[in-house]
Amino acid sequence: MNLAIKDIRHNLGRFILTVLGIGMLLMIVMGMAGIYRGLLEDATLLINRIDADLWIVQKDTRGPFAEVSRVPKSLVYRVEAVPGIQSSREFVYHTIQRQHNGKPIRMSVLGLSWPVDKGEWLPLISGRALRQNHFEIVADKTLGLQLGERIPLGKETYTVVGITSGMVSSGGDGMAFTTIQDSQAIQFDSSGESVRLERAARDSRGQENELFLSQPALTEQLARPTAELPGVTPPPLSAVIAKVAPGADPLQVEKIISSWGDVSVFSRHGQEELLVQGMVDKAKRQLGMFRVLLTIIAAIIMALILYTLTLDKIHSIALLKLIGAQNHVILGLILQQALLLGGLGYGIAWAVGQKLFPHFPRRVVLTNDDLIQLAVIVCVISVLSSLLGIWKAMRVNPNDALMG
Amino acid sequence: MSDELAIETISISKIYGSGNTEVVAMRDASVQVRRGEVIALLGPSGSGKSTFLTAVGLINPPTSGQVRIGGTLVMDGPRAAVNLRSFRRRHIGYVFQKSNLIPFLSAIENVQIAMELNGMTSRAARTRAAELLDELGVGDRLDHSTAMLSGGQQQRVAVARALANHPSVILADEPTAALDSHRGRQVMELFRNVAREHGAGVIVVTHDQRTLEVFDAIYEMEDGVIHQQKRKVESATVPERG
Ligand SMILES: Nc1ncnc2c1ncn2[C@@H]1O[C@H](COP(=O)(O)OP(=O)(O)OP(=O)(O)O)[C@@H](O)[C@H]1O
Ligand SMILES: [Mg+2]
Repeated sequence: MNLAIKDIRHNLGRFILTVLGIGMLLMIVMGMAGIYRGLLEDATLLINRIDADLWIVQKDTRGPFAEVSRVPKSLVYRVEAVPGIQSSREFVYHTIQRQHNGKPIRMSVLGLSWPVDKGEWLPLISGRALRQNHFEIVADKTLGLQLGERIPLGKETYTVVGITSGMVSSGGDGMAFTTIQDSQAIQFDSSGESVRLERAARDSRGQENELFLSQPALTEQLARPTAELPGVTPPPLSAVIAKVAPGADPLQVEKIISSWGDVSVFSRHGQEELLVQGMVDKAKRQLGMFRVLLTIIAAIIMALILYTLTLDKIHSIALLKLIGAQNHVILGLILQQALLLGGLGYGIAWAVGQKLFPHFPRRVVLTNDDLIQLAVIVCVISVLSSLLGIWKAMRVNPNDALMG
Repeated sequence: MSDELAIETISISKIYGSGNTEVVAMRDASVQVRRGEVIALLGPSGSGKSTFLTAVGLINPPTSGQVRIGGTLVMDGPRAAVNLRSFRRRHIGYVFQKSNLIPFLSAIENVQIAMELNGMTSRAARTRAAELLDELGVGDRLDHSTAMLSGGQQQRVAVARALANHPSVILADEPTAALDSHRGRQVMELFRNVAREHGAGVIVVTHDQRTLEVFDAIYEMEDGVIHQQKRKVESATVPERG
């Protein structure tokens, strides 16, 4: 006869409620680990998907994700010329927050270097990759945009032609993909008024310039669009990404490029490290602290519950001792209930978590390692929290069975 | 011959508390119960009957004196001379004044558990428990929770549990208080039969004058002191041991 089960069946309703409570608590502990794993995955996902061997960014910056980096467009060709480089591409990346249909929409816009890259590597769930080099956009489903939806950004309106899944930035914002030109147009868009003001400013600078004064015809040139002015640099890139040729030594290539005075180079692994250490590390510690606190709270609550469960049957325990039950019988009674409470709570945490976590705004990833670790922790706190009850039960005098 | 004695107490005393609050609940109680004998312990409330019974039952150690069971010294003053819990499990059956049963177990499980603790298989224990309960007239309440049993029915379940392990000592504190006279008598006779058949010694605390002729001896307790009142001449037949 299993006394632990018999006692639970006697107080089934209360036990179920307790298990539910502990389960919810454990689910939060489980979720904390999942959120951290999600952050980690989101942070490195883009880098893994982009699959570049080298990231060349503005000198001494940790760009383009961890901070802003600007490099000139011509860098692509310089990198391409380095021995051992198979190919190099522009990389443009920036986050914008706009109003769309009355709601704020935050997206990280990534430029694809058309026509080499049309976004075929994106994990599309519907629609297609880019088919023309303007006014098309592929958006992640977390942005909530529909296929065919038109969204005004800057001076143009873009049509959503494809929907991806799971493409979010390390900040958790959904990503959108356009060509490099379009994404630069979105990034460096300025209003008509500011363009007019800029021209006027140029004009007035020209008024004081020897060259313009001597050749008035040049002044007219100042009013032309920026893109047509040889003296004004084209908009910068965020970074240049490169693939190393098979057989070439990536370290050697990295060394050559990092000797240039205007750029810094990161390997793919180095770029991952930047994101994990710089951006996720604090979140990890934050979540870690919460996890520890919640685990302690769960342990305390379990200890209290098990203690009251034991107090409730203190008379029965005294009676069991009176009729000669060995200590291991009484120990087993309490310990089995503790483990059952922990075990069922864990099961509920897992089951409810499976249903609930996918609806969280950011990704929650339950890894087997984390699940096993939590299972061990639950076992340990179940045992620890039953100690108080066991201590009480061991001190019960069989004579107490005759009181009350 | 002391090994013919199921129970022997040698001058046991119990003092509760100390100083101002000191209560001498039992003083120099010496009682001998032979194998197969059933004795009654009478006395007014507060005279120390339960104190005596729990001292013999190895759950409330005396302050001084000795308790021997089946010839073995088990309590020497407040010190245990054997493993009390396993001794209780194997040799002593109890029926107490009240709250005898484990509330989260059914009637039959309350009896079963005593035998399972002694190493009997669950199945065999259940069969015997059902038989005992049937014999005591609660065979139709086997799977009832104890809260659904009347006081008398609960008491009979406790009696069944006390008998379950064929103990050499049965201690019962007013087992028939909640029973009608017919049932009360039946329980007393059951005790007597068990005593005869298994050579057990039985001590019953009772106020029930109607059942006194069942007993081989009657002791009376007053202010912690025990006097033997009367002993039947045709003393109990002791079964042969082997
Ligand atoms: N744990 C205890 N601490 C202090 N005094 C106690 C304790 N138990 C019993 N007593 C006292 O010892 C005396 C004998 O008590 P006991 O319970 O043995 O009487 P009793 O004969 O069984 O009475 P009743 O017929 O009412 O059950 C009483 O005066 C009681 O107050
Ligand atoms: Mg009493």
